[in-house]
Amino acid sequence: MTMAFLEGREIIKRFGGLVALAGVSFTVEEGEVVGIIGPNGAGKTTLFNVVTGAVRADHGQLWFRGRPLLGLGPDEIYRRGIARTFQTVRVFRGMTVFENVLAGAWFGPESGRTRGEAERRAWWALEMVGLKDLAGAVAGDLQIVYQKRVELARALAGKPRVLLLDELMAGLTAREVEEAVVFLRRLQGEGLTVVLIEHVLRAVMRACDRVLVLHQGRKIAEGRPEEVVRHPEVVEAYLGSGAST
Amino acid sequence: MVETKGLAGNIVRSGPALRRAALALLAVGLASAPLYLPTYTLVFLSNLGMYVVLTVSWILFAGSTGYVSLASAVFFGIGVYAAVLWRTALGFWVAALLGGLLSGAVAAGMGMVTLRLRGAYFSMFTLGAVELATSATRWGEAHFFGRVGRIVLPVGQETIYYAMLVLVILLFATWELVQRSKLGMGLRCIGEDEEAAAHIGIPTTRVKVAGFCLSAVFMGCAGAIMATRWTYVDPRIAFNLQLSFIPVLIAVFSGSRRPYGAALGAVLFVALEDFLITRLPYHYMLLFGLVMVAVMLYSPGGVMVLLSRWWEQVLTWSRGEKAGAAK
Repeated sequence: MTMAFLEGREIIKRFGGLVALAGVSFTVEEGEVVGIIGPNGAGKTTLFNVVTGAVRADHGQLWFRGRPLLGLGPDEIYRRGIARTFQTVRVFRGMTVFENVLAGAWFGPESGRTRGEAERRAWWALEMVGLKDLAGAVAGDLQIVYQKRVELARALAGKPRVLLLDELMAGLTAREVEEAVVFLRRLQGEGLTVVLIEHVLRAVMRACDRVLVLHQGRKIAEGRPEEVVRHPEVVEAYLGSGAST
Repeated sequence: MVETKGLAGNIVRSGPALRRAALALLAVGLASAPLYLPTYTLVFLSNLGMYVVLTVSWILFAGSTGYVSLASAVFFGIGVYAAVLWRTALGFWVAALLGGLLSGAVAAGMGMVTLRLRGAYFSMFTLGAVELATSATRWGEAHFFGRVGRIVLPVGQETIYYAMLVLVILLFATWELVQRSKLGMGLRCIGEDEEAAAHIGIPTTRVKVAGFCLSAVFMGCAGAIMATRWTYVDPRIAFNLQLSFIPVLIAVFSGSRRPYGAALGAVLFVALEDFLITRLPYHYMLLFGLVMVAVMLYSPGGVMVLLSRWWEQVLTWSRGEKAGAAK
């Protein structure tokens, strides 16, 4: 059996009595944009936390480019080429935008050798997210929308192979969502594989090649976005039984 | 008056060049101090140097990471005992160097175990480490050697002064290097958000251990140098708990996370302490406590914030005068 680019099998994670992930399997192919949707508490962020090493799975297996990931720390996983952003923004508030992004580049897998190289990578990432003009600003002083971009640039600067985006578009205006969708496609054009957790369905429909639906720690559907949103179980999970929209 | 304002304006405009000149002047002054200063002042300056080293090296780690270590006395004391062991056999300078290295090694071991702890737990452990070091050394001395204290072969006050000066300069140079390095960046990120730092590839435990270790090296050197001045040492003197708290107090007092501000804070702190001890020996602790409380209440950012605010005011005032004169 050939292994996918990023693959998880039967991942289980419990928090005390709560089963956050009840045996989730998934695959992500190189160059894909995959969306993960599902109601609050479905286990989406927990899945990201397991993949990035923030929490340890109780059971299951996880491979990235054919090598096992479970048991590695977050820093090692980042250096293997999987970067993330957080649901609630976590920029280094007291540092400048440039320093934030430089840190991401410096400790990254490929560009981490010299400071000069890291700086070049940092400028590239700032250019990508359109924050070049704010490089000298203190990150904590920026509006949340800009902080999200800082976080994104910080993750990009490490030259990841896979980018995990946790609700990147929450709180964005319709126009900003449009921009974000274009941006995701551009990342894909750069050869990046993207997995995003997203509640903005309109964006998911347009940006994603494939969608996984999680509900109560299980994967209840998977497929092309337009198929998945018509899936009866998905409709029920989202809107409750008997919903007619 | 007019000249003073002109000078203030010039300091701002000429910036780095003048700063360099001022630093050079300070360096020449400090290097030649033993030629014209009385021994009492030299002793005072060495003492001051010790506080500067303890504070700045403490801030080197805690200032950026936010980990409040109370183990300074342990590292200082290890340096003291390095002098006990090697001062006679290997000489003063080698003993000082070994004191630093030994402290660094102990810090690395201690860090690997404790730097997984966060916040108050880490502080509590480091505090306990001081007591552990004291008791273990006392027991070892009594059990194996049948003694309480030791004599350290003294060196001249001038040598102590120069050693401390060299150590301070090395510490400041190290600070500058660290700030520009990957290590410094890692430490700052950890202080900002440790979890996020790990998620951008920073090996947090390793970076913390490295920072902790580096700061301990300087504390150890300081201990080895000071031991030759005290000549008699025992575990209580070497692992003096006060030396764990003083860097924290000075850091809070000065409010600065930068070495120059912290050093200036240390100068003010030691001068104040000296003044109070000599003038009001019975009420010194009380008054000292009141000053600390006042600083925390009225200038929570520390005295350096207060000073820089005043300095700003002087500058705007002098600029305003000049603008008025130009009309």
